[in-house]
Amino acid sequence: MNNMITIIKKELARFFGDRRLVFTTVIMPGLMIFVMYTFMGKGLMKELSTSDDYVAKAYAVNMPEELRTMTKGLQVEWEDWDGNPGEQERILQEIADGEKDGLIYFPENFMEDMYAYNMGDEPAPNIEIYYNSEKSNSLTFFNNMRSFFTAYEETMVNKYDVNAKTGIYGSYDQATENGLLGKMLSGLLPMLIMVFIFSGCQSVAPESIAGEKERGTIATLLVTPMKRSALALGKVISLSLIALMAGVSSFLGTILSLPNMMGDEMEFSAMSYTITDYLLLLAVIISTVLVIVAIISMISANATSVKEATTAMAPFMLVIMVISILPMMGMESKSAITYFIPLYNSIQAMTGIFGFQANVGLSLLAVGINLVAAGALTYALTKMFGSEKVMFSR
Amino acid sequence: MEELLQVKDLRKTFTLSAKQQKIEKTREKVKVAVDGLSFTAYKGEVFGLLGPNGAGKTTTLRMLATLIKPDSGDAIMDGSSIVKQPEEVRGKIGFLTSELKLEEFFTPNYLFDFFAKLYGVAPEKIAERKKLLFGRFGIDRFAEMKVGNLSTGMKQKVSLVVSLVHDPDIVIFDEPTNGLDVLTAKVVTDFLLDLKAQGKTILVSTHIFSLIEKICDRVGIVINGKMVVCDTLQNLCGDKDLEERFFEIYEERVGRIDE
Ligand SMILES: Nc1ncnc2c1ncn2[C@@H]1O[C@H](COP(=O)(O)OP(=O)(O)OP(=O)(O)O)[C@@H](O)[C@H]1O
Ligand SMILES: [Mg+2]
Repeated sequence: MNNMITIIKKELARFFGDRRLVFTTVIMPGLMIFVMYTFMGKGLMKELSTSDDYVAKAYAVNMPEELRTMTKGLQVEWEDWDGNPGEQERILQEIADGEKDGLIYFPENFMEDMYAYNMGDEPAPNIEIYYNSEKSNSLTFFNNMRSFFTAYEETMVNKYDVNAKTGIYGSYDQATENGLLGKMLSGLLPMLIMVFIFSGCQSVAPESIAGEKERGTIATLLVTPMKRSALALGKVISLSLIALMAGVSSFLGTILSLPNMMGDEMEFSAMSYTITDYLLLLAVIISTVLVIVAIISMISANATSVKEATTAMAPFMLVIMVISILPMMGMESKSAITYFIPLYNSIQAMTGIFGFQANVGLSLLAVGINLVAAGALTYALTKMFGSEKVMFSR
Repeated sequence: MEELLQVKDLRKTFTLSAKQQKIEKTREKVKVAVDGLSFTAYKGEVFGLLGPNGAGKTTTLRMLATLIKPDSGDAIMDGSSIVKQPEEVRGKIGFLTSELKLEEFFTPNYLFDFFAKLYGVAPEKIAERKKLLFGRFGIDRFAEMKVGNLSTGMKQKVSLVVSLVHDPDIVIFDEPTNGLDVLTAKVVTDFLLDLKAQGKTILVSTHIFSLIEKICDRVGIVINGKMVVCDTLQNLCGDKDLEERFFEIYEERVGRIDE
């Protein structure tokens, strides 16, 4: 027990004593994700959205007065044009340059023709909207106009409605407010968390185990009276702490940048998860970290060099990626049996928690199974530390 | 005289990989490194294992230090079996070979405390022991430098000190003066004699005759994994010097050296 703590202290002293290592494994992932997502989000939003109080400037030809009043709410400043062909080129150029946001053209006597129009007659009067899809303001103008006039057309020929106003049983959409958000987060976050945990382990475990083997420092530890199990446990626990820090940092980076990435409409409030959700999540993450660290430690113990260890880890990384992506593609299994598979059960449990559908019993089962697996793997690691074939292979 | 160290019929074979077979220029799959080796060392003496390259000295010492397990045979170190009680054995011995390295990132000061804890040295004893050993080897001058920045000799001194943090009764050194300049080598051999004076039992392996002559009470000559002679330096050599006797014995057992 004491020896285990001594080992943990040394591993942490080694880690925290190396500022560059701390920076690259703990601080940088979170920071990078935050900066990247925020930047990406801001850029994306700027491209896609126009500010709410923007008033579009557009030309109108033959615009009927009643329609002009109806478009008041759409924030367009109309400038009438008589349709004189001599000016056509200049006007289209203005739209291309973004000086004006569009041009709307009504055939002469549009209103009379429209009222007189019967289904099947050819052709129906046509409203023409000219715009520039490269300019977001112009695109918004076009979309607004199109939906406005399509809706207007529906009211003209109204035979029946679907889901108009509020329903007699209340709201039509039965999703809870958290539904959409939950879906997004439950697809994305378990995978991100798994990847972050993995990369956290990957940056320290090979160095700490295969590296010590390669440099011959582990032999110095092995001639001390310390039990092999103290060494194995000390390594697994300290590496888990470091991996956890890397995971938490990346996690914070993601969570904090989500509001930026999704824009203001997507009101992200972490408050919508309960304390139980958080505690379960923490338990699942810790148990997952232990299993991943134990596996990576075994791979590292088996390798003769850091390089070999890193290479040998690739297939395991692939497995983690695949099982992490399953829920995102809607392929997760609902069966409780799958909760007996270590790591896969973490994904299942996290998907539930992030989807606001945490199953406390099954999540705890996942934690339990993972802890047992981590214990068994650490026992195996102990045996590996005791094996001269493994420790002194060249 | 108390038999502190009894080595009985130790045998160790290595299975050679195809690559190793090439390096060793052999077609045999199994290399017998130590072949039924036995000897006894008495309390308070310096015992020397002498032998040519590849004789099996390092392998024997690694087995005694419980780093590797013998295929058969056993050794009792101050009452503890290397096969059945490896942890007890490790607590009783100080083992040093060039294969034991120290983490370059840490300072001698940190490493001393770290290993003192792992060897179970009482906390109040650690500082006292550090003062003594660091003073003796002049480590105080570079106690706060990272091991990675030390010279080979400095590193070796730190390794030596670390292997003795727990003041063991049995000290096992593989090639104690290898790679050291004459000054440092003298510090080490003087220290070994000091340990002997304190009543410690010391086992060294070497192929340096002068080292054996300087410090050993008894010597065992190992050739091809077997102990061919084992006696006091006096009985073994008589009035000849050790080098001369070694060649005689070698030619008797193996044949002419230039063959
Ligand atoms: N891990 C190993 N795998 C295969 N063969 C080994 C291994 N360790 C040692 N040997 C072989 O066992 C034999 C004895 O080696 P050992 O290192 O014990 O010799 P030594 O007496 O210490 O020699 P030296 O004076 O060169 O240090 C050698 O032939 C060596 O090649
Ligand atoms: Mg040797």
